[in-house]
Amino acid sequence: MRDRKEIDFMGIRKIAAVISAVLAVISVISLAVNSLQFGLDFTAGTSVRLEYQETVVLDEVNETLAANGYQDAVVVSFGSDREIRVILPVDDETLIEDQASEAVLVGETIATLLSDANDNEVLLLGSDYVSAKVGEELAEQGGMGMLVALGIIMVYIAVRFQFKFSVGAVIALAHDVLITLGIFSLFGIEFNLNTLAAMLAIIGYSLNDTIVVSDRIRENFRRMRKGTPIEMVNTSLNQTLSRTLITSFTTLLVLFSVLLIGGETTQGFAVALIIGVVIGTYSSIYIASNIILFMKVTREDLMVPVREDAELDGLP
Amino acid sequence: MLNRYPTWKNALILLVVLLGFLYSVPNIYPDDEAIQISADSLALNESDMVAITTAMEAAQVEFFGEEISEDSILIRLNSVEDQLVAKTAIEDALTDDYIVALNLAPTTPAWLQAIGAGKMNLGLDLQGGVHFLMEVDMDAALERRMEDNVSNVRSILREERIRTRGTNVVDNAHLEIRFANTESRSDARSVLVENFPDLQFQNRELNDLMILDLRTPPEIILQIQRDTLQANRTTIMNRVDALGVAEPTVQQQGSDRIVVELPGVQDPAQAIRFLQRIATLEFHLEANPGAPSASYETYEYQGLLVDVDNEVILQGDRVSNVRSTLDQNGLPQVQINLDAQGGTQINRVTRDNVGRMMDILLSETRSRSIISTDENGEEFEDVEFYEDKRLISHATIRTALPRTFVITGLTAREANGLSELIRSGSLAAPMTIVEQSVIGPTMGRENLEQGIMGVQVAAVLVVIFMLFYYRVFGVAANVALIMNILLIFAVMSTIIPATLTLPGIVGIVLTVGMAVDANVLIFTRIREELSNGMPPQQAIDSGYNRAFTTILDANLTTFLVALVLFSIGTGPVKGFAVTLMIGIITSMFTAIVGTRALVNLFYGGRSVQKLSIGRYRLPT
Repeated sequence: MRDRKEIDFMGIRKIAAVISAVLAVISVISLAVNSLQFGLDFTAGTSVRLEYQETVVLDEVNETLAANGYQDAVVVSFGSDREIRVILPVDDETLIEDQASEAVLVGETIATLLSDANDNEVLLLGSDYVSAKVGEELAEQGGMGMLVALGIIMVYIAVRFQFKFSVGAVIALAHDVLITLGIFSLFGIEFNLNTLAAMLAIIGYSLNDTIVVSDRIRENFRRMRKGTPIEMVNTSLNQTLSRTLITSFTTLLVLFSVLLIGGETTQGFAVALIIGVVIGTYSSIYIASNIILFMKVTREDLMVPVREDAELDGLP
Repeated sequence: MLNRYPTWKNALILLVVLLGFLYSVPNIYPDDEAIQISADSLALNESDMVAITTAMEAAQVEFFGEEISEDSILIRLNSVEDQLVAKTAIEDALTDDYIVALNLAPTTPAWLQAIGAGKMNLGLDLQGGVHFLMEVDMDAALERRMEDNVSNVRSILREERIRTRGTNVVDNAHLEIRFANTESRSDARSVLVENFPDLQFQNRELNDLMILDLRTPPEIILQIQRDTLQANRTTIMNRVDALGVAEPTVQQQGSDRIVVELPGVQDPAQAIRFLQRIATLEFHLEANPGAPSASYETYEYQGLLVDVDNEVILQGDRVSNVRSTLDQNGLPQVQINLDAQGGTQINRVTRDNVGRMMDILLSETRSRSIISTDENGEEFEDVEFYEDKRLISHATIRTALPRTFVITGLTAREANGLSELIRSGSLAAPMTIVEQSVIGPTMGRENLEQGIMGVQVAAVLVVIFMLFYYRVFGVAANVALIMNILLIFAVMSTIIPATLTLPGIVGIVLTVGMAVDANVLIFTRIREELSNGMPPQQAIDSGYNRAFTTILDANLTTFLVALVLFSIGTGPVKGFAVTLMIGIITSMFTAIVGTRALVNLFYGGRSVQKLSIGRYRLPT
C-alpha cells in the first residue's frame, strides 16, 4: 500500500447492493424469456453422413450450407478425408415419431444441395436423429453437483471461519454464476460444454477471491482493537486490493491471449471466463463483505475460543 | 532469522523437479503416424511382415521403424495421407483374418519408456478417436422379458398349487396358459393379475381347454425398449469409465442405437475386442440326472462336462452390483447383489433346490467375416453375427439365496475374473457393432496447437509481468510457475493417466493463474511487513507464514469443489475437475515450498538490507 489513504469501499455498499440486485433481476428475466443459446452439445440434432468421391474441403461445405440457410450446421470430418458428418439442430417442435422421417428428409436435402454445389459427387451414407449428448443427465448431475458443492463449501467456511462468512461466499458465488449466465442469455452467446467448464472455473476463481478477502477480515477482526466493523472491512479490502487487482490482471492477461490466439474452439470459454473474472473481482469486494456486514458480524464471532496465546497471530 | 532450508529439503525439492522434468518430457516428442496390423486368432510372423512391406513398396508409401510382436505389427509412416493409402494397400494384400488399424506410435526414447514415462492422452477434441455405432437387439430384449415372465408364471402357479395344462409362447408379446377347467383358470388369473399389473389378461376357450392369454400392451413394449436402451447405455458408460477413457461419449441414436466415441483410443481393433465382450448373463440350474435330453444343454466347465437346464431362473439384468471380496477368513469370493425382483425370484427357486448346482451362462455376440454368394453367383464378403455361450460358474446352492449372496471356493484370480465377466454380462440386451470409424486427428491437432499457443503466449506475458513487478522475487515465482506446469504434465502423463481435453486446458490455465496468485499473496505480505518496519529476513519469514493460512483456505475450498465435481460429474466436468485438483496440489508445492527454497538460496544465511521485491513504502 503505497498510498496511505484508504478507499472507502463500504461507503457505497448500498449502491453496490442495488446494482447487483438489478443485474441479478435482469439476468433472471433474460434467462426466463430468452433462455440460453444452447450449442449442439446440449440439444438434439440430425446427423447426416456423406461421402465424397474426392478429397473434400470442410470450409467449402460450411460456406455452401451457410449460403443456403443452414448457418447452424456443424461440419466435421469423419474417418477419412472423403467422409464428413454434418450436424444440424432440430427444433423442439418436431414430434418424436416424426424425427426419424424428418432426419431422412433433411439428409436428402443436404446431399442434393452439396452435390449441386460442385463436381465432387456426394453419396448420402445415412442420416439419423441424435439425442442430446449431455442433455438431461448432465443437467441433473450438474445441478446436483452445484448444490452438494455449495453445501460442502458452506460447512467448510462455517468451520474455518464463521457461518456468516459461509452465507457471504455462497451468495457471491451464486451472484457471479447467475450474472454470467444472464450476460450469455442477453447477448445470445452460445452455451456449450466448453462454456460449462468455464462456469465451473468461475466458481473456483470467485471462491478463491472471496476466501482471500474473508481471511483478511477474520485476521483484522481478531487483531485490531479499535474500529467499527465497516472500518475493519474497509481496511481489509484495502490491504488485499493490490493482490486482488494483480491476480485479476494476470488472469485476464492469460484469458485475453487465449481469446485472441487460442482458436475458435476456446473462444467461448475465454469470453465466459473474462466476464466471470470481472464479476468475480467485483463480487469479492462488494458482495461477500456486504453480506457479512449485513449479517452484523462482530468481533466475538471470530474470536478463537479460550486460547490465551491468541494474540501471537490470531490464527489457529 | 536465517531463512535457510536444511540440505535434505533442498535435495527433496530438486528430486521432485527432476522427476517432474523426466516424466513430462515425453510430451514434446510428437507421435508418428502408424499402421497397426493384428490378427484375431493367429500369431503374426516374419512372413506377414514381408507381405506387408511388399504391399507398401508396391503402393509407393515410405515407411520406417517396423516392429513385430506376438500379436501385432506396427509400421511408422510420414503423414496422415500415407496412412490412408497404406491401410488400403495392406488390407488388399492380407486376408480378412487381419485387422488393419490407423494408429499413432510414440517416439519417446527407449530409456524414458523404460522408466515408465509416457505421453498424456489427448481427448477426441484434441486428437480424434474411435467412433462406434452399436445396435441393441430389441427382439432379444423382449424375448428375454418373456422368458422371465414364463419362469415367474410357472413358479407362482406351482406355489399356489394351481395345475395347468402347459404354457405356450405365441410371440414375444403373447403368452398363453392352458387349464383343464375354469376354476383353476380364474384362480390363476386373480393371482397373476396381482403379480403382473402391466399385462393384459383375456379368457379364451379352445377344444375343451380353458386358455388364459397374457399380452404385453404396445405402450409397455415401448417402455421396455426405452428402458433397455437406457440400461445398455448406462452399462456401457460405466464400463467405458472403468476402462479409463476420459470423456467418452455414449449417446442414444434413434430408438435402438447407441453411439460410442472413445477419445484417445487410436486402436479400434482393441476397442472392438473390448466392446465385443459385451455379453448377456443367465442363471440356470444344473439338469437333474436322467432329465430328458431336450431339457438341457451340455457345457464344459474347467474340464468338466456339465448339463445345464434350459430354464432361465434369473436374467443378468437383475444383477445390480457384483464385486470380488474376501470372506471373514480372508478367502476370495464373488458377491452378487440383485434388484428386488431378482431377489424374490432367486429365493423362490433356490429354497426348493438347496444342494443342487447353480450355473451361470455368459453369451457373447461376436462377428466374423464370411464369404457368401449372391443371386448372380458372385462371391461377396459379409459379416455374420453369432452367439457364443459358455459356462462361467458352477457352484452348489448351500441355502435359499437372499438378494445378496456370494460364490465361494474360488482362487483370487478366478474371483476377479468371474466378477468381471458377470459385470460385463449385466447388459439388458445383446448389442452388435453396425458401424465404426476413426475420427481423423487433423482437426484435433489444430485445436491443440492453437490452444497450446494461447497458453504459451499467456504464460510469457505473465512471466514478464511478474519479473517487472516483483524483480528477484518475480524470478522465483516464474521458476515455480514453470515447475508447476511441468509437474502437472508429469502427473497427468504418469501417475494419473488422465486425458487432456479443451476443458482440461482451461483447468491448467486456471491453476497457472492460481499458482501466481499464491505468490502474489506472499509477496504483497512481505512488502507489507517491510512497510511496517520489519527487517528483511524476518519479513520474508513472516510473509510466507501469514500468507500460508490464506493460501491453504483458498486452495482447500477450491479443491473441495473440484472433488465434488469429480465424484458427481462425468465427461468434460470430470476432466476439468481432475486437472484442477492436480494443479492445486502441485501449485501449493511449487508456489510455497519451491519459491521459498529459491528465495532462501538467494537471500538466506546472510545479512540483507533491502529486498528486490518491487517498490514498497518504507517505514516512517
